[in-house]
Amino acid sequence: MEIIMSILSGILFTTGIYNLLQKQLLRIIIGTALISHGAHLFILTMGKLKRGAPPILEYDISQYTDPLPQALILTSIVISFGVTSLLLVLAYRVSKRNETDNMDLLRGNENE
Amino acid sequence: MLFTIIIPLLFAIFVPAFAKWKDKIHTGYFVLLVPLSIFIYYLQFIGEDFQPISASYSWIPSLMISLSFYLDGLSLLFVLLISGIGTLVTFYSIYYLHKSERLGSFYVYLLLFMAAMLGVVLSDNIFVLYTFWELTSISSFLLIGYWHHRAASRYGALKSMMITVFGGLSMLGGLILLNVITGTTSIQAMIQQKDIILESPYLPIIMTFIFLGAFTKSAQFPFHIWLPDAMEAPTPVSAYLHSATMVKAGIFLIARFLPIFVLNEWFFVVVSGIGILTLCWGSFMAVRQTDLKGILAFSTISQLGLIMSLLGIGTKTAIFAAAFHTLNHATFKGSLFMIAGIVDHETGTRDIRKLGGLMTLLPISATLAFFGAFSMAGMPLPFLNGFYSKEMFFDATLELHDNPLVGAQLLGQAIPYLAVIGSIFTFIYSMYLVFGTFTGKAKLDQLPKKPHEAPLGMLVSPILLVIAVIVIGLFPNLVNQSFLAHTAEAISGYQIEKNIVFWQGFIPPLFMSITVVVLGALLYVTRKKWSKVYTVIPGNLSFNRVYDKIIVGVETYSSKITNSYMNGSLRRYIALIMTMIVVTTFVTIFATGGFQIKTDDLAEVSYAEIFVAVTMALAAIGTVFARNKIAAILILGVVGYGLSLLFVIYRAPDLALTQLVVETITVALFLLCFYHLPNLRKTDDTIGIKLTNGIIATSFGTMMTLVAISAHSSKWFPTISDYYVETSYKLGGGDNIVNIILVDMRGLDTLFEITVLGIAALAIYGMVKLRGEKEGE
Repeated sequence: MEIIMSILSGILFTTGIYNLLQKQLLRIIIGTALISHGAHLFILTMGKLKRGAPPILEYDISQYTDPLPQALILTSIVISFGVTSLLLVLAYRVSKRNETDNMDLLRGNENE
Repeated sequence: MLFTIIIPLLFAIFVPAFAKWKDKIHTGYFVLLVPLSIFIYYLQFIGEDFQPISASYSWIPSLMISLSFYLDGLSLLFVLLISGIGTLVTFYSIYYLHKSERLGSFYVYLLLFMAAMLGVVLSDNIFVLYTFWELTSISSFLLIGYWHHRAASRYGALKSMMITVFGGLSMLGGLILLNVITGTTSIQAMIQQKDIILESPYLPIIMTFIFLGAFTKSAQFPFHIWLPDAMEAPTPVSAYLHSATMVKAGIFLIARFLPIFVLNEWFFVVVSGIGILTLCWGSFMAVRQTDLKGILAFSTISQLGLIMSLLGIGTKTAIFAAAFHTLNHATFKGSLFMIAGIVDHETGTRDIRKLGGLMTLLPISATLAFFGAFSMAGMPLPFLNGFYSKEMFFDATLELHDNPLVGAQLLGQAIPYLAVIGSIFTFIYSMYLVFGTFTGKAKLDQLPKKPHEAPLGMLVSPILLVIAVIVIGLFPNLVNQSFLAHTAEAISGYQIEKNIVFWQGFIPPLFMSITVVVLGALLYVTRKKWSKVYTVIPGNLSFNRVYDKIIVGVETYSSKITNSYMNGSLRRYIALIMTMIVVTTFVTIFATGGFQIKTDDLAEVSYAEIFVAVTMALAAIGTVFARNKIAAILILGVVGYGLSLLFVIYRAPDLALTQLVVETITVALFLLCFYHLPNLRKTDDTIGIKLTNGIIATSFGTMMTLVAISAHSSKWFPTISDYYVETSYKLGGGDNIVNIILVDMRGLDTLFEITVLGIAALAIYGMVKLRGEKEGE
C-alpha cells in the first residue's frame, strides 16, 4: 500500500507543480493546495501505514501507528490553510487592482 | 596590548554622543585622547634593552584562532607611527574640518581605522591579521568616500576598495597555504619552521599571493593607480592613511615574512624589481601632476617603492635603511600633506598652476614646506633626516649579491643607476612642489580666497613633524640603538648595528647624492623644455583605463548574465528552481546508488483505499483540464476530502477531523473569492511551453515518488516515535498522543504556528480593509 500511496503523492505533486507553472492566479493557488496535499500524504506514508491502533492510549493495546508524522501533518494542515487563505485574498486584491490575473503581465516595471 | 586595540573601538561607540555637542566643543578634542594615550603607553618600550613581548587570548580554539599579539621592534615602530601621527592628524583635523561637517561619522571611521591598523601590526595570528587587514581597507573606503556627494570621492573609494580587497583576498590564500604547510597559525611559529616552508612545492604560489596582498596595499606598480584617486579624502586622512600608516601595511607584511622569504632567490628579483620600478615610475609621474596632493600621492608611491626595494635587497644596511626611511618618510611626508591642506584651506585651490608667491603670505607654512621637501629630496644637509636614509639606500644598492638567477644579476647591476634616476626625479618634484607654490609671482586674482597664514592650531602638527625631521637629522643616533636597531633586528632575525653619521668620506653614495642634486637642479630649471617626454611616456598608456575597462566589463557581463534568467517572470523562476531540485536530486540518487525498493514490509492493499486513491488521482488531474472555475474548486475539494478519508483509513482521527474542517472552510473561501476572480481561460501557451511545464512537473512528481519509496525502504536509525508513545501519559498526562506532542512536547512549535496564523489573519484583514478605504476615496 505504501508504494501506491507514494505514487499518489507523486501524482499530486505533478499536478500541483503543473498548475503552479500556469499564468492564472487561481490555478497557482490550486497548485499550492495540491502540493500541500501531496506533502501531507508523503509524510504520512513515511511513518508506515496501518501498523497498530490509532495513537490514543488504551489499556489493552500496545501497538500504535506512528504519532509523530500525524503531529507534523496537523501543524502543516493548519499552516497551509493560512497560506491558502492569504493567497486567495492577495490574488483577489491583485486582480482587482491591476485588472488582470495573468502572471506574465504582473511583473512590475523597471522603475519600481 | 589588547586594550590598545579595544580602546579606539570602545571609544568609537561614544563618539556619536560627543558629536551631539559639536557646536560647543569640537568632537576632535575628545578623540585626541585616544591616540595620545596609546602613544604615551608605547613610548615606555623604547630603550636599548627592549625585549619582544607577547600576549594571547583564546578566541576560536577549534580553528586555532586566538587573539595573540606580539610586540617586537617592527611592531613598535609601526604602533608609534600609528598613534603618534594619529595624534597629530586628529589635532590637525580639529582645525581642518568645520563643525558643520558630519564629525561623528568622521571620527568613528578614523578610530575604526586606528584600531584595525594597530591590530594588523600587533597580530601574531594570521587570521586575526587578515581580519584587521580587511578592516583597514573598509575604513579607508569609508574615509575616502567621506564627502560622498562628490562623484570623484565615490569613484576613488570604490577603486581603493576593489584593488586592496583583491590583494587582501589573495593574501588570505597565501596565509591559508602557509597554515596548511606548517600546521600553525602563529607567524612567529612559522618563522621557526621556515625550512619546511622553503622546501614546499607551494612556495611560489604562497609568495605570489602574499606579495600581491602587500603590493596592492602599498600601491606598488601597477597597482599604484588607486592611491592618486584616494586623494579625494579629506587631507588629514591622506596624511594619515595614505601616506604614513595604511599604505605601509604592505611594507610591514613583507618585513614580517622577510626572515622566511629572503632565503628564496626570487625574493630579491620580485620585491626589489617591483620596488625600484615603482620608485622610478612614481617619481617620474609626480613631476607631471598639477594638483598638490596629486604630486604628494605619486611621491608617496615612489617612496614606498624605495622602501620595498630596500627590503628586497635584504642586507643589513638595506634592512636598517628600510626601517629608518619608514620613520623619516612619515615625518616629512606627513608635514608636507598638512601644508598642502593648509594651502588648500587658505587659498581655496590645490592647483599648482594657480599658486605661487605664497611665501610672504604664508611664511610659517612656507618654511615648514621647505624643510619637508628638502628632506624628501635628500639634500645633503646635516639637519635633514631624509638625507641619511637616502645615503643608506644608495649604499645598499651598491652591495653585490651572490644570487644565481640571471635576472637577479642584471637587476643587481642596474639597481644603483635606477636608484639615481628615481632620486633625480624625486629631487625635481620636491623642488617643483615648494618653489611652484611658495615662490615666483603671486597670482592672487586666480585664487578663490584671499590667502593669509593658517591659524596656529593648524600649524602645530606640521611644526612638530618638522621638528622631528630636524632633531633626527641633527642627532640621528637618538633613534638608533634604542629604537631602529630593534626594528631591524625584528625584520631580519639577527642583530644589526649601524652607525649613522653625516660625513662618511668620499665614497660612492656621496657621489651619487651629488649627481642627484646637480642633475636634478639642472632638469628642474629646464623642465619646461623636456616636458614633451610625457606625450611619449606614458602617452596614451594608462593603467587607469585598464582598471576602468575591467570594472565596466565585469559590470556589463554580470548584468547580462543575471538578466538572462532574472526576467521578472515568476513562472520562469519556479521552473528554474524546480529543475535545479530535480537535477541535483536525481544526480545524487544515481551517484550514490540511493534508490532502493523493499516489498517485504508493506501494509496490505484494500479496495476502499484503491478506490479513494484513484478518485483523488483523477480529481487532481482534472484540475489541470478544468475550464470552469467552480468546477476546478469543487474538484480540488474532492482531493481534500479524499485525503481526509485516507486519514480515517490510516488511523489518524485528529488529522481526518482537521482536514475535514479546513477543507470545508477552504472551499467556502474559494467560492467567496471566485466571484471576483476572472474565469479560467484556455491557456495561450505554445505546445513547447506546455511540454516543458509537463516535463518539469512529471519529473518532480516522479522524484517525490522515488524518494518516498527509497525512504520507506531504508531505515537507518531507530524511530524516535516510541519515546512519545511511552512518555505521553507520564509527561503530558493525556491519552491522545498526537495532542500531547502538539501542546506539551512541542508546545513552542504550536505557539509559532498560531503566530503564523495570526499574522496571516492580520494580513488578510489589512487587505480587506485597504479595499474599503480605496473605495471610500
